[in-house]
Amino acid sequence: MNTVIRRFPMRLDVRRGTVDMTHGSGGHATAQLIEALFVRHLDNEILRQANDQAAFDVSAGRMVMSTDSHVVSPLFFPGGDIGALAVHGTINDVAMSGAHPRYLSAAFILEEGFPLADLERIVASMAQAASKAGVPVVTGDTKVVERGKGDGVFITTTAVGVVPDGVKISGNRAQPGDVILVSGTVGDHGVAIMSSRENLAFETCIESDSAALHELVAAMVAAAPDIHCLRDPTRGGLATTLNELAQQSGVGMLLQEDAIPVRSEVAAACELLGLDVLYVANEGKLVCICAPGDALCLLQVMRAHPLGRQAAIIGEVVADVQGFVQMETAFGGRRIVDWLVGEQLPRIC
Amino acid sequence: MKYVDEFRQHHLAQKLAAAIGREVDSAREYRLMEFCGGHTHAIFRYGVQDLMPCNVEFVHGPGCPVCVLPIGRIDNAIHLVKQHDVILCTYGDMLRVPGSGRQSLLKVKAAGGDVRMVYSTLDALRIARDNPGRQVVFFAIGFETTTPPTAVAIRQAQAEGLTNFTVFCNHVLTPAAMRSILESPAVPGMAPVSIDGFLGPAHVSAIIGSRPYEFVPAEFRRPVVIAGFEPLDVMQSALMLIRQLNEGRCEVENEYTRVVNRRGNVKAQALVAEVFELCHAFEWRGLGLVAHSALRIKDAFGVWDAERRFSIAGVSAPDSKGCECPSVLRGARKPAECRLFGTVCTPENPMGACMVSSEGACAAYWSYGRLRQPPVAIKVEAVR
Repeated sequence: MNTVIRRFPMRLDVRRGTVDMTHGSGGHATAQLIEALFVRHLDNEILRQANDQAAFDVSAGRMVMSTDSHVVSPLFFPGGDIGALAVHGTINDVAMSGAHPRYLSAAFILEEGFPLADLERIVASMAQAASKAGVPVVTGDTKVVERGKGDGVFITTTAVGVVPDGVKISGNRAQPGDVILVSGTVGDHGVAIMSSRENLAFETCIESDSAALHELVAAMVAAAPDIHCLRDPTRGGLATTLNELAQQSGVGMLLQEDAIPVRSEVAAACELLGLDVLYVANEGKLVCICAPGDALCLLQVMRAHPLGRQAAIIGEVVADVQGFVQMETAFGGRRIVDWLVGEQLPRIC
Repeated sequence: MKYVDEFRQHHLAQKLAAAIGREVDSAREYRLMEFCGGHTHAIFRYGVQDLMPCNVEFVHGPGCPVCVLPIGRIDNAIHLVKQHDVILCTYGDMLRVPGSGRQSLLKVKAAGGDVRMVYSTLDALRIARDNPGRQVVFFAIGFETTTPPTAVAIRQAQAEGLTNFTVFCNHVLTPAAMRSILESPAVPGMAPVSIDGFLGPAHVSAIIGSRPYEFVPAEFRRPVVIAGFEPLDVMQSALMLIRQLNEGRCEVENEYTRVVNRRGNVKAQALVAEVFELCHAFEWRGLGLVAHSALRIKDAFGVWDAERRFSIAGVSAPDSKGCECPSVLRGARKPAECRLFGTVCTPENPMGACMVSSEGACAAYWSYGRLRQPPVAIKVEAVR
């Protein structure tokens, strides 16, 4: 007779099972979900302690912290999924201060009926992304909402990081004469997502650029510690990010359209849909603003890194109290590159 | 990008700009109305105006279907969602257009109304098939370009016996609008319109051909050049118009020969004629009631007509007080001359329709070229 009492007599049926309200009750089912799915994939020493909080030692110096909620439809898209995105996005937010990201937390809101197989795929992808980035998920939370009150899964991640001494990257430091760089082609993520939406399926080989940028940032900071601004142009795209920085720093910007790297497939998709690529989201790109003397050195460092191969100098910071971002068009005219208004909606004609 | 990059080349733009510079008579002004929102968009997005001599002015026309739709029709659509609980399918641009009482389809959607953005009439048909227990209305809007796909949808619904699908038809006609603008200097209370020539519709003309505009030179002595939507198309067409004006010629010319011919797409025209008929008159924002300027669904296809099925009453709602959209749409005023422009009326908070669509003259002015002191330009040597 088997005398070992198993903690969970019924195994979690990850292959065919679905999330139900008991998984969010805080009871046995929650514990089983955490153990059999979350801890199993995200496993690390701190998470294994199974406390309600993560305890870790911090080094002396300046710390940064950032949080980001991730809602994306569809959950799985060419080049990534919501799990990897939730890791990359928050690591990048911390990295844009020049910091080394150290730890992540993750909170899941699951919709009743969501397939456990999909959840496992997402968590495994998170684990892989976190492991590759060297930033473990050390604490987390799970809640379940009734069917119809969520969209499968929402993930909120928070990251903390440590800023090296002497690094003072901030959105308010752009000054006239500074040079604007971007780490690669823009619009890849947004177009990859759109291409996989149910009502807009079109065939493309474009993949999301979702990636953790902290190692690229570390190389840049090592080469030029006095970088003025760094930001990842996610929602709202390059145009919105540059407008934010212009506003924060009280300066204008002048871009050169033909210097901005865009994949031809992305340009074609935007053309077809009537969208402006400057407003399309990125998840693995950064914008850097630096003194003119640092620009060429940074460009070389970026291009030497796998995530910055197509980096380019795209424009210059100019004096403009109104904070306009303008662009010399490849055609030879000039236009304002304004804030995004609402959502980009396809044009009729 | 083939067929696109060729029409955006800097060195060709410079050559055309030089040719226009040589052609213009500095002793006179040239006021050229670009009819379509697509032209307006190209002019602002590529900075075409910067390349033109200062005595050549683009006057923005009424060719944005979202902009010219009167508030009453938006109210009708909102009513359909709220009172009849239909699934309303429409193109993206329509969602933000303000109706009466600052309502919009986007707001109705946020309040729980079932409004869905579609990219094609086929999406609307699919939604109808997937929801047999619900009434699905396609909010059809657009000039002659988008009319054939709506005709296809109605015929498809007939073929499938899809009885829960209807079309709320708002398809309008460009030649009638052009006639209305040319006749409108006589409209009392309206600023006079002075236009020397037209950059004629591009995609619309692919369907109807260039022939329907021949009344413009014949009756009104104004030249028309059918112009594509790429910036080089716009510049080349401006040059052709300026040449006609300088030479005293007055005819319909076609710059957009890679797409448009005189007869248009006869097959599409036949399809439209099968399903639609001319409406006695239709209200346009900015132009008022314009005779024979829109299409309605024929009796034979009445089952798929939302106006019949839901007994939609014609309502005429006033535009926002102080809004100059009517004058802007007729090219009589510039957006910046409206006192609401940039004060209470911005793309985030549009009061008039011209601020809603990115093709609308006000939104294009605001987004791409609103009044500003140019910053001190410092040339960047792009490292490629």
